[in-house]
Amino acid sequence: MPISRLLIANRGEIAVRIQRAARELGIKTIQVYSAADADSLAVRMADEAVNIGPFQAAKSYLNIEAVLAAAKATGADAIHPGYGFLSENPVFADAVEAAGLIFVGPKGETIRTMGDKAAARGAAYSAGVPVVPGSEGRVADLDEARKLAEKIGFPLMIKASAGGGGRGIRIAETAEALGAALDQAAAEAKAAFGDGGLYLEKFIGNARHIEVQILGDGVNAIHCYERECSLQRRRQKVWEEAPASVLSRDVREALCASAVALAKSVGYRGAGTLEYLYDEASRSFYFIEMNTRIQVEHPVTEMITGIDLVREMISIASGEPLRYLQSDVRLSGHAIEVRINAEDGSHDFRPSPGKVTALQVPGGMGTRFDTLLYAGYTVSPFYDSLLGKLIVWDTSREMALRRLGRALGELKVDGIITTAPLHQRLVEAPEIRAGAFHTRWLEQWLVTNMKPQDAMMEQSR
Amino acid sequence: MPKELLAPLPGVFYRKPAPDKPAYKSEGDIVAIGDVVGLIEVMKSFVEVHADASGKIVRFVVGDEEPIMAGQPVLEIE
Repeated sequence: MPISRLLIANRGEIAVRIQRAARELGIKTIQVYSAADADSLAVRMADEAVNIGPFQAAKSYLNIEAVLAAAKATGADAIHPGYGFLSENPVFADAVEAAGLIFVGPKGETIRTMGDKAAARGAAYSAGVPVVPGSEGRVADLDEARKLAEKIGFPLMIKASAGGGGRGIRIAETAEALGAALDQAAAEAKAAFGDGGLYLEKFIGNARHIEVQILGDGVNAIHCYERECSLQRRRQKVWEEAPASVLSRDVREALCASAVALAKSVGYRGAGTLEYLYDEASRSFYFIEMNTRIQVEHPVTEMITGIDLVREMISIASGEPLRYLQSDVRLSGHAIEVRINAEDGSHDFRPSPGKVTALQVPGGMGTRFDTLLYAGYTVSPFYDSLLGKLIVWDTSREMALRRLGRALGELKVDGIITTAPLHQRLVEAPEIRAGAFHTRWLEQWLVTNMKPQDAMMEQSR
Repeated sequence: MPKELLAPLPGVFYRKPAPDKPAYKSEGDIVAIGDVVGLIEVMKSFVEVHADASGKIVRFVVGDEEPIMAGQPVLEIE
């Protein structure tokens, strides 16, 4: 069934991104928004906009009833959830379909399976995809954990099955420490997620985070190569690249083929990402989890393949089979994305919301800036700090880095502080130029190169 | 004249360190300079709000879990 009216259940730069894809397909866009986002670029650009509640996300962007009521009132025939918010909520996906609408994403059942980390590990294992050595699924009790731990070896990680965001994770260095670590992890998982289920994984030090983009139509699936996302701060990606220069052609083909095998085995529909840890020393990759949505860093994949992933998501959701064969997907050149956040990198990443008094956007060949900003816009303190993504493409990594430096020099966001100066420093860093880093490298580099000047309280509420 | 403590950042004001914990301070409490009187959630980060004067908290101008603008009064100390 073709889609003619698409409701966007998200905000910020991804809402703008989805609108662009929809408009090019001749689809009318309906943007929902909270009272705090009435002046947002997404609302300004949309064909129609509906206020669905106050600034609190729980009462607006996370409010399933309000989103469905807006869809009904405006005659929407499909809903794109973007990333974050309701995008990986199986109850929402089911509710959208139950209301007779198209959910632009996988089936609720798929989200449910792949959202449970232990179940996802099990699915990967069954599809022959290498997983980090560990338990096949949840561990039943301490006895089972002890037996498995002997096989896996120490140190090992204990993770919450329902987990995310780094919570419910404990590292046991020795067999003696295992019992206490299991108890703590179970208690933390129960408190944070209402589910104390745990699984075990071998701890892999100095690993890289590499992920594979896939597209599936429910029957067939293809990959669009991989992204290198090792540059992270507090488990949040800061800088992403495609392809991962560290991979040999053989390892790349094996990695991407494993992602396709897993996607096919679960009858995946839509765009998805399989995350892997990559151990450079042994050239081994291990599946860790799957994200059943479009990701922030999808543009680097678009730049190296020429495939508009959001357009393909909409096409698949409207019931079309995949429009690309695997042999149609060609990897060309190198792309880098840096996240421009409203944060002060020289003051421990203190948030910097406020009014943007002037804006100068980079341009030129191979340069793309996906943003929620316009001159005169007041950046809200109520949502995350992502202002936009500066993406560059060039024929080689070396040239992409030069182009990134040039483009960053053109970007001017007056009135608020952004992470652009951090990226200018990173472009010049020898390890970045050499491509020699892992998932903990950036935090170590920040300690010596961007000294925190005052402490930000870290807390989960 | 009571002295107003102004919000250093915009966001959402919280009087408690966590939903199931007691409030940092109540009306009538005596505070010293530097005491934590609440949190402001800004862009998913939590920033402590410190008293910039010593004395008795007369009243909270902003309620728990309510939005606040930078420079708006949080509470009054006398």
